[in-house]
Amino acid sequence: MSALLELRQIRKEFGSHLVLDNVSISFPQGSATVIIGASGSGKSTLMRCANLLEELSDGQIILDGVDISLYGAAVDSVRANIGSVFQAFNLFPHLTVLENITLAPRLVQGKSKEEAKKQALALLERFGLSDKANSYPNLLSGGQQQRVAILRAVAMNPKVLLLDEVTSALDPVLIAEVLRLIAELKADGITMVISTHEMGFAKKIADRVIFLHNGTIAEEGTPDEIFSRPQTPELKAFLGALSEAGRL
Amino acid sequence: MTYTPSALQIQREDAKRRASRRSTAIALASTLTIALTITLILLNAQGFDAVRESFFNPHYAKKALPRIFDGILLNLRVLLIAEFFVLLLGLAIAIARTTTSPILYPLRLAATIYTDIFRGAPLLLVLLLVGLGIPGLRLSWIPNSAVFLGTVSLVLTYSAYVAEVIRAGIEGVNPTQRQAARALGLTGPQTLRHVVLPQGLRNVTPPLLNDLVSLQKDSGLISVLGAVDAIRAAGIETAQSFNFTPYVVAGGLFILLTIPLTRYTDWLIRRHDRVQRAQGAY
Ligand SMILES: Nc1ncnc2c1ncn2[C@@H]1O[C@H](COP(=O)(O)OP(=O)(O)OP(=O)(O)O)[C@@H](O)[C@H]1O
Ligand SMILES: [Mg+2]
Repeated sequence: MSALLELRQIRKEFGSHLVLDNVSISFPQGSATVIIGASGSGKSTLMRCANLLEELSDGQIILDGVDISLYGAAVDSVRANIGSVFQAFNLFPHLTVLENITLAPRLVQGKSKEEAKKQALALLERFGLSDKANSYPNLLSGGQQQRVAILRAVAMNPKVLLLDEVTSALDPVLIAEVLRLIAELKADGITMVISTHEMGFAKKIADRVIFLHNGTIAEEGTPDEIFSRPQTPELKAFLGALSEAGRL
Repeated sequence: MTYTPSALQIQREDAKRRASRRSTAIALASTLTIALTITLILLNAQGFDAVRESFFNPHYAKKALPRIFDGILLNLRVLLIAEFFVLLLGLAIAIARTTTSPILYPLRLAATIYTDIFRGAPLLLVLLLVGLGIPGLRLSWIPNSAVFLGTVSLVLTYSAYVAEVIRAGIEGVNPTQRQAARALGLTGPQTLRHVVLPQGLRNVTPPLLNDLVSLQKDSGLISVLGAVDAIRAAGIETAQSFNFTPYVVAGGLFILLTIPLTRYTDWLIRRHDRVQRAQGAY
């Protein structure tokens, strides 16, 4: 498998605060990579760097063989190729569900209104949200909102989908809804990078798990390796804390 | 199964109805008391008849009305044109002030200076400077009419206010909205046009309309330049009769002019509150 997205020696500091230190990861086409780590370990920062929402302090990002982190790269078109969904839902409150999903395909990809609408309705239909097409986001449940946010990113046919703790604001039933959607997208073959605190889900969906600790990759491996045979004391401590909290 | 309210619920509804009847009665009584007091005070005032004679004289009111009415039509024209340009210019300045690109620094600076000057300078002063100063320049391509220059002054002053209101709206939109739009690949201008402005403008509609109401009544100030608007017309009538009723007539017409917009503003604010409450966290 060739790498679709590659992070090379990423460094990110906020002022004097070093958040990511020499992080290199490659994401093969069609893979699902789960990033775990304690709060503040740099998961969100890593994903925001990957779609250039944060300026790198050093390092390179290669998407499909092209260095997108070069100064002056066409940032807008790069972002259109990397779908991102954040921790908070971030739907546009002044637009209906349908308008939320069709906005970028129309403006960025130049699709006609009809075409964008057809595609959006097909997505909503497939994931059981057709009846919400004309609702405004504030009338949707949290799980529905997050699923719409994911579909909004999927509608752009991105090469990679970044999902940053998309379930952390939800209760278990809603989490299950969202996780089912993500599992289906994985079956479709979309390359995914997922940060999550849902270890059960991580075990199920991940091809590979990366454990981030203080801005460096402390350990990486298959779910089985990471969860059943942790090597580093940091990962052992992290898993210990999770199981103590009943979240493993 | 049909639902019958429980005895407790019926009792509760009764109590609610009684309470509501009681508050209506209290409101009515207090309004009547106050109205009566004011009437008594006025009727017992020594100068009451003289004031009524010189400010509320139906004869002069009727006589002055046609002329004042023509004047208010001028105000109406001026304020519609001014409102259009105030919103346009205000929006442009607000956008200029919220840009971040270094190339646009001169634009930002110019916009900042503009708002500082025209928000600070008294409207009357701007009117006099523009209305008397510009004709003094003898630039043949600028119309010298009082109406034109008066409208320009209104636009200069009010666009500065409106720009600040719109800027507050733009800056009040949660930054994550902008990020979400950029993450989808929207360009900066697309993000502004489709995501930031619709939300920002909606949030500041009430204060924006409030500024427009204020603009409407200040359109009467163009009379200082000699434009024959409602206030000037009233002045002319008063000069002939030495009776102040025409001013009161003009004032009444101005109030009538602003009422539709004020009521609309109230309605919008109420609706806005309701929507915000319905959205809970928003
Ligand atoms: N814009 C910023 N300015 C300054 N510091 C920041 C900024 N964004 C993040 N940080 C810091 O970077 C560190 C990593 O934050 P990040 O959000 O990536 O953590 P995380 O692993 O996603 O945590 P969580 O699991 O709580 O979401 C934190 O110490 C945070 O305070
Ligand atoms: Mg995070």
